[in-house]
Amino acid sequence: MALVDKVKLPKPLSWLLNFGRARSLWVYQWGLACCAIEMGAAFGSPRYDVMRLGVIPFPASPRQADLVVISGTVTDKMAPVIRRLYEQMPEPKYVISMGSCANCGGPYWDSYSVTKGVDQVIPVDVYVPGCPPRPEALLEGIVLLQERIQREDMQERWRGEPIVVPTSAASSTRVPAAPGASGTAPTSAPATGTASAVPAGSAQA
Amino acid sequence: MSPPPTASALREQQAYVAAQAADARVNVELDTGDMTLNIGPQHPATHGTLRIACQLDGEQVISAEPLMGYMHRGYEKLCEVRTYPQCTTLINRIDWLGSFANEVPFILAAEQLMGVEAPPRAQWIRTILFELSRIANVSLFLGDMGVQVGALTPVFFAFRDRERVLNQIEEVTGGRFHPNFDRIGGLKDDIPRGWIAETHAVMAKMRGFCDEMEDLLMGNEIFQTRCRSVGVIPGDVALSYGLSGANLRASGVDWDLRRDANPGLAWDQVDWRVWTHPDGDSFARYWVRLQETREATKIVDQLLDGIPSGPIMAKVPRIIKVPAGEAYVSTENPLGEMGYYVVSKGGLGPFRVKIRTPSFSNISVVPWVMRGTYVPDIITILGSLYFILGDIDR
Repeated sequence: MALVDKVKLPKPLSWLLNFGRARSLWVYQWGLACCAIEMGAAFGSPRYDVMRLGVIPFPASPRQADLVVISGTVTDKMAPVIRRLYEQMPEPKYVISMGSCANCGGPYWDSYSVTKGVDQVIPVDVYVPGCPPRPEALLEGIVLLQERIQREDMQERWRGEPIVVPTSAASSTRVPAAPGASGTAPTSAPATGTASAVPAGSAQA
Repeated sequence: MSPPPTASALREQQAYVAAQAADARVNVELDTGDMTLNIGPQHPATHGTLRIACQLDGEQVISAEPLMGYMHRGYEKLCEVRTYPQCTTLINRIDWLGSFANEVPFILAAEQLMGVEAPPRAQWIRTILFELSRIANVSLFLGDMGVQVGALTPVFFAFRDRERVLNQIEEVTGGRFHPNFDRIGGLKDDIPRGWIAETHAVMAKMRGFCDEMEDLLMGNEIFQTRCRSVGVIPGDVALSYGLSGANLRASGVDWDLRRDANPGLAWDQVDWRVWTHPDGDSFARYWVRLQETREATKIVDQLLDGIPSGPIMAKVPRIIKVPAGEAYVSTENPLGEMGYYVVSKGGLGPFRVKIRTPSFSNISVVPWVMRGTYVPDIITILGSLYFILGDIDR
C-alpha cells in the first residue's frame, strides 16, 4: 500500500492489475428480498451463468469478498447490519445496488420501515434498476462495474478520495440515469442505459 | 453357566469402567455453561433475513427463538393508502416466489365485496397461473433442500427447470416474477396463441424434474439419514401452532383449502388428490412437496385441456369503488393458507387489510421443534419448514 502511495504505477502494470481484479470478483452471497431470487438465478442458473464473467459467487463471509450485491429491500432494522457487514469487507470493495428497493425504496417509497436507498448507508458503485431486475440486467451491471475497475487509478483508490471514472464511448451508449434515489448521485453520470456507474464514495453516509 | 471371563476380556472391561469413570469426573469438574449461537440475520440458510437465537448445551439446542422484522415493509399500512388495483402491485411481493398466488385471495375478497364474479374462462386461467406459480415456488425448495444438507447439484437443476415455468408465466402476464395480472372481475389479458401446447411440454419437463429429484435426493442415503426422524412435528402440535400447507399435511393431517373451501376457482373441476405423510419429519415435508408439485403439473394439464371459451373480464366500472363491508378469503398458497381480511368503507381503497400469511404461523413452531435437536439439524429443519421472509414479515 505504501508503495502504491509513493510511486505512480506504470500504465501497463496498473492495466494488468486492474484487468486481473476486474475479472476475479468474489461476490458475497447476500440475499435480502425478491431480487435475491433473481440474483440466485443469475449466479446459479445454467442459463445465465455469471462465472463466465469471472465472478465467483462462493464466499459466505464478507471477509473474502470483493463485491456485494445489495439485492432487495433494505429496512431500517437491517441497515445497521448491512453497514457492519460492509465494513468487514477488505478494500478494495465494490457495491452493486440491485432493484428499485435498494436504489430508492421502490414500491415502498412511503413505508415507515423501509430505508429509501441503501446509498444512505454505504457507498454504491452501480445501480441496477428494475423490480426485480432480470438476471440479464444484473449481468450488465457487473460488466459495467468491470469496465469501471479496468479504468481505475489505484493511487486515487488507495487515497480514499472519490473517484470520477471517465465514461467510455461504450458505456455512454447505454445510458440510464442514476435512479432517482439519492441527492448524492454523481454529477457526471450520463444517463441512458439500464445500469449506471457512479463515483465511489459519493454517497458516504 | 457361562465360562469365566478370560484375562484379556477382564482387562478390557476394567479399562472400559475406568474410562467411564474418568469421563464422569471430567463432566463434573468442567463447568460447561450454555452458549448462545446467533444465526442470521444474514445467513445463506435462512432464505433471507430471519434471525434465530439458539441456546446451546454442547451440541444440543436448549431453546431457539426466531427474531424477525428485518424485512418488515409495513404492508397493512401501505394498503390503506392505495387503491385496490394499486394494492395488487404490492401484494405480489409478499411471497415473492409464488407471486400470482398472492393476488388471488385479495382479488377474490374484493370481488366478494363488490358482488362481482369473474367469468369461467378467467377463473380457469387464474387457476392455471396459480398452480404454475406453485410449481415455480416449490421447485426451488426441492432443489434448495439439497443445499441445506450439502448437496449442491439439485439447486442448479431447480433453477434450470424453474426458468421454463417462469417463461410460461411471462408469456401470459409479461412479468417473470411479479405478474400483477389479476384484476377485479377477471384478468388483464387472454392467453397467447400456442401457449397451451407449450405449457403441456413444460409440464412434462417438470414431471421429469420431479423424477430427477426423487432419484437424486430422496433416494440418497445421506439425505435420508439427515432428514428421517429429524424435526418431528406430530399432527396435534402442528394444528395447535396453526401450521398450514405442506407442513401440516406432512404431519398426517388431511387438510387442503383447495378441496375443503374452494373459493370459486376451478379446482373442483379436475381430478386430483391431496397427499399426506404420517411421519411429520423433515423427510415427510420434502416428500409431500414433491408429490404436490407433481400433482400440480397434472392439475395444470387437465385445466389446459378444458379451458372454457368466453370473455375474460366481467362488467366492472372503470373506477373501482368497493361498497362498505368486510370479507375474508383464504386460499391454499404454495406455502400454506394465505388469507386477506379486507374492510371497506366504500372508498377507492381498503380501509384496513389484515394479511394472514402462512410462513408466519409456520415458523412459530420453531421453538417447539428445535428443543433438543442438534446443531447440524437446525438448518435442515429450517429448510424443510420452507418459509419466505417476505411472507413472515410482510
